Amino acid sequence: MADAERCPVENIATDYDIFDPDYIKDPVPAWTEIREGQCPIAHTERWGGSWLPTRYEDVQDLAKMVPELSSANPGPIVVNVPEEFRRPEREGHNGAAPISADPPEQTWTRKALLPHFTPKAIAPQRTYSETLCHELIDGFIDNGGCDGAVNYAQQIPPRVIAHKLGVDESMVDEFIIWVRNVLELGLTQPELRLKYGDMIHGFFAVEVAKRRQNPKDDLITALCTTEVDGQMLPDHVIVGMCNLQLVAGIDTTWSSIGSALWHFATHEEDRRRMAATDHNDPLWDSAIEELLRAYSPVTMARTVMEPVEINGASLQVGDKVLMNFPGANHDPEVFENPDQVILDRQRNRHIAFGSGIHRCAGSNLARMEMEVALKTWFARIPEFTLANPDEVTWAGGQVRGPRIMAINFG
Amino acid sequence: MKITVDADKCEGHSRCYSLAPELVDVDDYGNAFVLNEGQVPEGMEERAQLIVDNCPEFAIEIQEG
Repeated sequence: MADAERCPVENIATDYDIFDPDYIKDPVPAWTEIREGQCPIAHTERWGGSWLPTRYEDVQDLAKMVPELSSANPGPIVVNVPEEFRRPEREGHNGAAPISADPPEQTWTRKALLPHFTPKAIAPQRTYSETLCHELIDGFIDNGGCDGAVNYAQQIPPRVIAHKLGVDESMVDEFIIWVRNVLELGLTQPELRLKYGDMIHGFFAVEVAKRRQNPKDDLITALCTTEVDGQMLPDHVIVGMCNLQLVAGIDTTWSSIGSALWHFATHEEDRRRMAATDHNDPLWDSAIEELLRAYSPVTMARTVMEPVEINGASLQVGDKVLMNFPGANHDPEVFENPDQVILDRQRNRHIAFGSGIHRCAGSNLARMEMEVALKTWFARIPEFTLANPDEVTWAGGQVRGPRIMAINFG
Repeated sequence: MKITVDADKCEGHSRCYSLAPELVDVDDYGNAFVLNEGQVPEGMEERAQLIVDNCPEFAIEIQEG
């Protein structure tokens, strides 16, 4: 919907709009208003209708409502995709398992994937990420500035994912275009979602076939040889799991890295503090968790399968519910001074990676990428500010982060 | 001091393992289990409290005594 056609939001509790430019730029005031109002679980008719919980406890409870809430119909997205733009053969556990599946398929696909994302399993990606971050910085450090989103944050996760999948790095620019069209633009433009979804599935179908012929030392090959409960994974499920690596592993993590850079570029005291902090200091761990909490990028969605009564809201079969993890992470009932970034926050049960059975399978990888990206940046560029604060642009909807962010060094 | 991990609640976030690998380990699925039968060595009580306070699933508890 073009801005000119957009109706202004009159009552946030009954008419919120997660694609509204003001909400995308800063959603915190909207969550606060809803949380403190009569209905802490807001409802809107916009974009096909959905519910928006804002309290930590409600989001935690909703995340655990399985099978009442489904991730598979048609997937964990907030919009209803019109029939002509759907591909039923690649929904549910054939779409992007386990994120797009419900038990029992969610259970066995997750079991197949998780061993590849333990802290030990992602160790090769750490070495790769360190070299990568240095090379990216080498490319722009003499210019006195860069676009922190385009030239840095956005470049890291697609390369790490390509490396893990065992796909040629020359595909990275394509990956970025595909993911943006599926998630960033595709939620409101279903024809783009379908077109680029077709491209991703087509590409990985070929890659899986190639690995069957010529196994390599990579994730695709590993999935091709993975047995769960005595059964090999079917090819179309593996293709969907590869799709998951792109749609869940790229713009999510680049959003977190970008938001962290934005924070440090705009908060001098925090920036100087991290620049002076040794890489082994536990402050790095708490700071990264705090940035994940305060700028959580991901809002998942579920479809109601059985009526649910929760905190004054009556969710009906077919309704959409937003898993508002970012909003939950700003609930003052759980987090002291929730809207303030406290780098050494000690008590931090944030749910930036979700909770329950759909906890982000790549959370160890994402945390490592964020840590390496920030430590390497600070080691090379300890002092930096926004070049044009008013010209920073943000993407939002279900994944929020800066997309254009000019930064000056020194 | 002793800690316990509720296996039914744990979803494999691995925050406890990052913060206190001396007290817990994780399996291939990220699910945490206690080391040394959950006994917290002297001097690590604060770290035990830290992993309790950073578990998003409320799966870790301290049992005094």
